[in-house]
Amino acid sequence: MSIFLNENSKVIVQGLTGSEGMKHGRKMLAAGTQLVGGVNARKAGTQVDVDGTSVNVYGGVEEAMKETGADVSVIFVPPKFAKDAVVEAVDAGIGLAVVITEGIPVHDSAWFWAHAGANGNRTRIIGPNCPGIISPGKSLAGIIPANISGPGKMGLVSKSGTLTYQMMYELRDIGFSTGIGIGGDPIIGTTHIDALEAFQNDPETEAIVMIGEIGGDAEERAADYIKANVTKPVVGYVAGFTAPEGKTMGHAGAIVSGSAGTAQAKKEALEAAGVKVGKTPTETADLARSLVS
Amino acid sequence: MDLYEYQAKDLFAAHGVPVLPGRTVDTASDAETAAGEIGGAVVVKAQVKTGGRGKAGGVKLAKDPAEAKEKAEAILGLDIKGHVVHRVLVTEASDIAEEYYFSFLLDRSNRTFLAMCSAEGGMEIEELAVERPEALARVPIDAIAGVDKAKAQEIVAQGNLPAAVADEAADVIVKLWDTFVGEDATLVEVNPLVRDPQDRVIALDGKVTLDENADFRHEAHGALVDEKTENPLEAKAKAKGLNYVKLDDGQVGIIGNGAGLVMSTLDVVAYAGEAHGGMKPANFLDIGGGASAEVMAAGLDVILGDDDVRSVFVNVFGGITACDAVANGIVEALKILGDDATKPLVVRLDGNNVEEGRRILAEANHPLVTVVGTMDDAAAKAAELAAKAGA
Repeated sequence: MSIFLNENSKVIVQGLTGSEGMKHGRKMLAAGTQLVGGVNARKAGTQVDVDGTSVNVYGGVEEAMKETGADVSVIFVPPKFAKDAVVEAVDAGIGLAVVITEGIPVHDSAWFWAHAGANGNRTRIIGPNCPGIISPGKSLAGIIPANISGPGKMGLVSKSGTLTYQMMYELRDIGFSTGIGIGGDPIIGTTHIDALEAFQNDPETEAIVMIGEIGGDAEERAADYIKANVTKPVVGYVAGFTAPEGKTMGHAGAIVSGSAGTAQAKKEALEAAGVKVGKTPTETADLARSLVS
Repeated sequence: MDLYEYQAKDLFAAHGVPVLPGRTVDTASDAETAAGEIGGAVVVKAQVKTGGRGKAGGVKLAKDPAEAKEKAEAILGLDIKGHVVHRVLVTEASDIAEEYYFSFLLDRSNRTFLAMCSAEGGMEIEELAVERPEALARVPIDAIAGVDKAKAQEIVAQGNLPAAVADEAADVIVKLWDTFVGEDATLVEVNPLVRDPQDRVIALDGKVTLDENADFRHEAHGALVDEKTENPLEAKAKAKGLNYVKLDDGQVGIIGNGAGLVMSTLDVVAYAGEAHGGMKPANFLDIGGGASAEVMAAGLDVILGDDDVRSVFVNVFGGITACDAVANGIVEALKILGDDATKPLVVRLDGNNVEEGRRILAEANHPLVTVVGTMDDAAAKAAELAAKAGA
């Protein structure tokens, strides 16, 4: 098994006809994803050739779902239009919306999150500003390089994209059930806790790597959750020990304000919950490896 | 982006929030003139993007223009928590009957917005939140429903603001919400929000943080950037579209791809630097997933222009852009920079096509470049070279 995404997932791309959408549409197909359609109101009824595979473009998410049975949408539309795109996916009732777009105003994210809640949270949102999700060997919904690691028994959840790749690559000898980049924005859909819960319930996942970074208190809350609910071994890594207060480190959410959100506090919270926390990504990978061998 | 008090109040005024008239000046003699024009007693306030100005001597009452000049002289040039005062706000001195606290902010944990309100304003709100949390109302705001008069009245009641000003305070809160949403702010804080002897409610101070992701719908926000106090290296990087943050007391320049990996690189360098005389990272620079030659060259150019930097650590994970492309980018970047490249570079490449990437770097055989296999070893090498260069 895997979490949130598997070989039966039928994936559409909102923004498939744009350059990023096409580039990653190709890579998703190559990774085994069932890419069943694209959405672009202005190009409805046309087909795009994605590396020799003809993919239909639909006028809307609802139509695409009706025609193809899609249950996952990957969103590549520019920041200006991202709110409307997510709202459309939510209104259509798709099961999973993966929002890759970077640079969405936080008021827009707050809006679509509230909208998803008002619709009963039928749609799981991953992101925004995230690399997406991969269940290696089965499906990829996002931009994670599929060839850095294969299927296996680790579960991975991370705020950062490149640290996701780094960790999957370091542990390619073990492989992954699913790897998820949840994104580094202040407001995100799927959280560390959501992923931990799903990994805990996934029989294929034997151990979990959780990567956090400065800002907010998601890691602290995840630590509480682990203590109470997770029986599988968890290894952690936190980035941003040297980040000064009040400076945003790349991700809009990666900022230490006052005493809140420091890497040290997150590390301590995780360790208090029994999570082994590595000093470097490599040390973290070694700790993870020692848990499953 | 954090705004200065006067900028925050300009936004408040534009959205109908009552503020006192004032003028922003850069010199003591201009402060004197401003005080004369405003008339009566004035307050001279340091304009710095940090709290605790009052305690640091950055806010002074002056009874006349001569005294305003004197106070401005004392305040200009003052260092408040590392922020040097270049500018003061001269504003009408108000009679204050009571001081309240009010803010709208992002509530990350609950993925919504929050209003915080208290009848006990003026003091450091962090202290109040710890010492008497019951005195600080926290009211969740639905992002879609927003704040209308009824919601504002609920906030006022929970904050225990007195009945005499409840209605007017609610009006002000609705206008502050208009500011918060209309300007795409992630923080709007008024401390203190005051009641004057005539029961008018006025925003005496203002702190606003704007979401730069929303700049595309706020052309006017560009003018709020204070280039004067911006670090010149940060300004240069910004002009090239690079995501760069200068760090104090560092010697190892850092370039990497992806915010998380770069943050992690800083940590690993600081950790490795402990064994090399306490070498530390000198900057954060994320060149993004692409890592093209042009971007790499632009990044190296900024970092090599930093006098603090003694060695550079290039840490790239080849994912979507494979390592061979990244290696070509580095080689090209060094060609573009030519003689301007003067400091040793430690390069760590990993990921897709890593063998080919390393082969390209080995073949180029650039005298400044050392290729190291792992992130931890490369960090140690960069710290070692920085320590040597400083010896």
